[in-house]
Amino acid sequence: TRLKQAPQRCYSSSINENYCTLKTTCDTNSDIYKTNYESMKTVVNKLKTTVEKVVLGGDDKARQRHTSKKKLLVRDRIQKLIDYGSPFLEFSQLAGYQLYEDEALPAAGIITGIGQVAGRECVIVANDATVKAGTYYPITVKKHVRAQEIAKENHLPCIYLVDSGGANLPRQADVFPDKEHFGRIFYNQATLSSQGITQIAVVLGSCTAGGAYVPAMADQSIIVRRQGTIFLAGPPLVKAATGEEVSVEDLGGADLHCRRSGVTDYYALDDTHALHLARRVVSNLNYTKQQQVTMKPIIEPVYAADELYGIVGDNLKRTYDVREVIARIVDGSEFDEFKQLYGETLVTGFARIMGYPVGIIGNNGVLFSESALKGTHFIELCCKLKIPLIFLQNITGFMVGREAESGGIAKNGAKMVTAVSCAQVPKITVIIGGSYGAGNYGMCGRSYSPRFLYMWPNARISVMGGEQAANVLISITADQRKREGKQLTAEEENSIKSPILSKYEYEGSPYYSSARLWDDGIIDPLDTRLILGLSLSASLNAKINDTKFGIFRM
Amino acid sequence: MTFSKILIANRGEIACRVIRTARRLGLKSVAVYSDADKNSLHVRMADEAVRIGPAQALQSYLKKENVIEAALKTNSQAIHPGYGFLSENYEFCNMCNENNLVFIGPPPNAIRDMGIKNLSKNIMTSANVPVIYGYHGEDQNNEKLQQEAKKIGYPVMIKAVRGGGGKGMRIAFKEEEFLDQLNAARSEAMKSFNDDSVLIEKFIQRPRHVEVQVFGDMHKNYVYLFERDCSVQRRHQKIIEEAPAPGINWSTRKKLGEAACKAARAVNYVGAGTVEFIMDENHEFYFMEMNTRLQVEHPITEMITGTDLVEWQIKIAQGEPIPLKQDEIKLNGHSFEARIYAEEPNNEFMPGAGLLTYLRTPPITDGKIRVETGVLEGDEVSVHYDPMIAKLVVWSTTRLNALQKLRAALQQYYIGGLKTNIPFLISLCDSKKFQLGNVHTDFIKENKQELFHVNELSSVTAVAAAYSYFDYQTKSSASQFVSDPFSPFALKSSFRPNFLQKHNITLLYDNKDHNFQIESLDATKSIVYYQGKRYNIEIRPGTADADEITMLINDHQFHCRLLVDGDQLTFYSNFNRTSFDFKHRSPSFVAALEKSGGTEGGTTVDPVAPMPGIIDKVYVKEGTHVNIGQPLLVMTAMKMEHIIKATKTGVVDKILFHPGQVVKKGEKLLIFKQDDTLKQDDTVKQ
Repeated sequence: TRLKQAPQRCYSSSINENYCTLKTTCDTNSDIYKTNYESMKTVVNKLKTTVEKVVLGGDDKARQRHTSKKKLLVRDRIQKLIDYGSPFLEFSQLAGYQLYEDEALPAAGIITGIGQVAGRECVIVANDATVKAGTYYPITVKKHVRAQEIAKENHLPCIYLVDSGGANLPRQADVFPDKEHFGRIFYNQATLSSQGITQIAVVLGSCTAGGAYVPAMADQSIIVRRQGTIFLAGPPLVKAATGEEVSVEDLGGADLHCRRSGVTDYYALDDTHALHLARRVVSNLNYTKQQQVTMKPIIEPVYAADELYGIVGDNLKRTYDVREVIARIVDGSEFDEFKQLYGETLVTGFARIMGYPVGIIGNNGVLFSESALKGTHFIELCCKLKIPLIFLQNITGFMVGREAESGGIAKNGAKMVTAVSCAQVPKITVIIGGSYGAGNYGMCGRSYSPRFLYMWPNARISVMGGEQAANVLISITADQRKREGKQLTAEEENSIKSPILSKYEYEGSPYYSSARLWDDGIIDPLDTRLILGLSLSASLNAKINDTKFGIFRM
Repeated sequence: MTFSKILIANRGEIACRVIRTARRLGLKSVAVYSDADKNSLHVRMADEAVRIGPAQALQSYLKKENVIEAALKTNSQAIHPGYGFLSENYEFCNMCNENNLVFIGPPPNAIRDMGIKNLSKNIMTSANVPVIYGYHGEDQNNEKLQQEAKKIGYPVMIKAVRGGGGKGMRIAFKEEEFLDQLNAARSEAMKSFNDDSVLIEKFIQRPRHVEVQVFGDMHKNYVYLFERDCSVQRRHQKIIEEAPAPGINWSTRKKLGEAACKAARAVNYVGAGTVEFIMDENHEFYFMEMNTRLQVEHPITEMITGTDLVEWQIKIAQGEPIPLKQDEIKLNGHSFEARIYAEEPNNEFMPGAGLLTYLRTPPITDGKIRVETGVLEGDEVSVHYDPMIAKLVVWSTTRLNALQKLRAALQQYYIGGLKTNIPFLISLCDSKKFQLGNVHTDFIKENKQELFHVNELSSVTAVAAAYSYFDYQTKSSASQFVSDPFSPFALKSSFRPNFLQKHNITLLYDNKDHNFQIESLDATKSIVYYQGKRYNIEIRPGTADADEITMLINDHQFHCRLLVDGDQLTFYSNFNRTSFDFKHRSPSFVAALEKSGGTEGGTTVDPVAPMPGIIDKVYVKEGTHVNIGQPLLVMTAMKMEHIIKATKTGVVDKILFHPGQVVKKGEKLLIFKQDDTLKQDDTVKQ
């Protein structure tokens, strides 16, 4: 009765292919389902209420001051820029969340994401001037640079909606000097442009000092009259330096830059006009997205997406079959499993998500040598076939112990890490549960450059579980005491354990991760399918290159 | 003789109408067309078509020689003139005879006699047909006419002797108005008929316009096919007609019919004719004029008598007797015709012109609904001809049933690109007085309040319209650029991770802003916030009509559609009486850019064309000093004159149009000198 529709198939006319649809053992009436459902619902609701506040931007006063100047709020700007009613795949809404103790920095003061502009998928980077006047905190820089990385890896034009006071001066040491700091933004603009990735700047507010280089480094730039300004130094600094007294508008307004300096190319009357001009600019890019994969008509999964709540829950100790998750994400719940009977703790197979072909790798427990070999084989296959990879990460790590070590778990795990590292097909990771230790590596954690990495709100990420870390530390201390001929008391044990537990609890949270941009955002499990579809579509703007693997230790 | 090929010397719906019957009778048809009509429906429908000149009617459809030449060239044996144009032109009729072409209509003498109003009345008086008192004399001296008018007693009607269709017709309510109205009538008459003779008649208050369809043949047989009531008029032109006339008893009906036959007999009439009577509140009737052609509204007579009058015309022109005897003609049921015009009822029925960007006619549920039209979607309603888009004809057993059917059909008539009188016609159908049959020629004027009201906008209508516009914008945005047809970024769900993005929409209705906020939950479900309330919207699988949206608003499901023409939105739904006109405000930069793109800024006080038309006269020169209200130029549209008056006192700087040029609605006609220049001039003088 829960089958929503029978999927249409076309592989063979004489065989009923219903057997390819994943079966479910999920019992929506069971107590455990209901408990899981409620607890997942609670963490999702917490996510949404948190994001709801974040998307407002700055406080009431700041927003009012902004709109009273007839300027649009940053999310309204994005809405007017992208195709009417189309999705905007926003990244890292929780960047900067509780990061600078006393200072709230909603969305790190910068909105980044992918949206379709005049039919063309683009990376949009937009300053929120209602948050600290749009100045760049260290995390703001990181988010900006990450958006450019996404543009680079996926070959997406960049549109910068600039309205920023530049670098945050008190924090200059963490903003200015290092490799991935402020200067990297302009380095990226130059190198992206050189790769044919168009850079468009829309100057909707100030672009002071370093910020002036955003429009100046752009391929094409637009400026709003009596609103946008570009100068290397503002009037006070100019007066201090040369004694010259000059108004903001005369120093770097639209008329100056469109008529005399030539820093900007299009003259807009207001925000709406500027954004419309940006759409026209994109429509003239003469870009075609090459079709690199076969497509199939989109079929919704057979099972209701919200059952993911009841299946997964928020208790990482409770196990479930990852196929239940796959069944609620892939088209028609159809999954052609590869090596189903071998290395069973890793599930691999082919499916479609919103019509796109994907290879899915999901965890069903700790990784053994067989599982790692199976994963390696599957990644090789997908690279050869140019099929994007989806990692559904819920992993405590590789198997330990004498038997495992003697079976070569280290070299077999290394094979999988090599394969993941070198794979040139788009890789997208969703951390749906635990992400611990080398499991994180094998399953394409942040260091392995997945094109996109998302977390579910129930997920945890750390080098190992808090419990395990505490136990390791306790046993080290106990050894020490032993050498000193002393014994570790239960009290002492507790005084080691409880701070470690709470530290791991705090730092393992997806909020902690997202705040630091260890991921591209926390997502509602219900949106996973759509977000994967959007991410796949975006990733296919870049040509899928042939993969050359490193040495697989045999 | 029998015909094998006929030429139709007309255009539009009547040409199509004649072609259909000709084809049914096995006759080939030849269409004629002006340059403006080369792609028109009648040209496409005909077996052959001949170009007869440029767009202006005077040089094409009214150019007799060209029409005759076309008939000879195509070996047509007969010419059907339709209505208007050459249909009542006896010279043309003579030319047909001279060229051995059969004119499908009466003999030239009958046309001439009936075309001259005073002569026709004299003939009728001698045939004992009641005639209304008036001056039909040949002395056309202004003073004489004014004297006669005074004798008849005001109010009086001044009519072109050879007039018809309301052209060259004016009413003088007081003596002071007489000369002005006389001049206007004469000028229009001159233009339309090349004859400025007028007659003066008593103007009857609240009269009814009742006309009788008659037929005569070459064997001196005459029959009548009962009467039509065409009382409801605007600008002295018919808008809705019905047959039989409501509230008329059989003895009056018979008297009317017999009087009409008498009139026909008096001029040895052959073919289809209409005898028009004016009828007072006591059902006393007087002869007005005889139209020696097929009328626009003939289909309602066909509906109640089960006949094809074009077929009758052709048979009679072939020399056959009238197909039915008087006692074989039975009156059955009731029929209405509504004329659908490109015009603005709320702007004094100003005629319109322009492109029909969208056109859907009501479903033909049975043979008792007819849509007579000469246009298709994408056609242009031209300033050169009548702005009638179609005639909607319905029949049912009783008057009220027929009216109900008419109303339903009107509600399913969708026209985009220009304003029409459809909402007004629906209001007419809804009028209690009209339902009771209390019709007279002042009906519209007397019932203004009831007929011209701004539709009350219900919140569900507002929400449905706003959502439809949202849907329209979503669907039309950027689809032409999409480089990846599979991309889920093309999904129109307004998806954002973890929050709902609101869309703000502002629509203008009746000059008031209405603000909406729309949140999409997914591709089919949305929430609309309007005036502090929340409306749940779901798009449902609907009808086969792709333009229709089936919407569920808070458990109420209905079909609706939205026509978008630039900033103008017309919203239809099947739970509202009529359509609703909204405006969408373009972003302010659009207007600002358009303004700065022109030659000057600021608001204009320079006069503009109130409607599309042709400039007829220019009274002023560049440099003329004019006072506010002074006539500047005259333009014609549909052969009605419109005087453009000075919008301010000042000096004319530039005249932008010459006589004969076509102007669009809202186009600037001339430019005044800037005020400061004027002041400088003044100082120079001092």
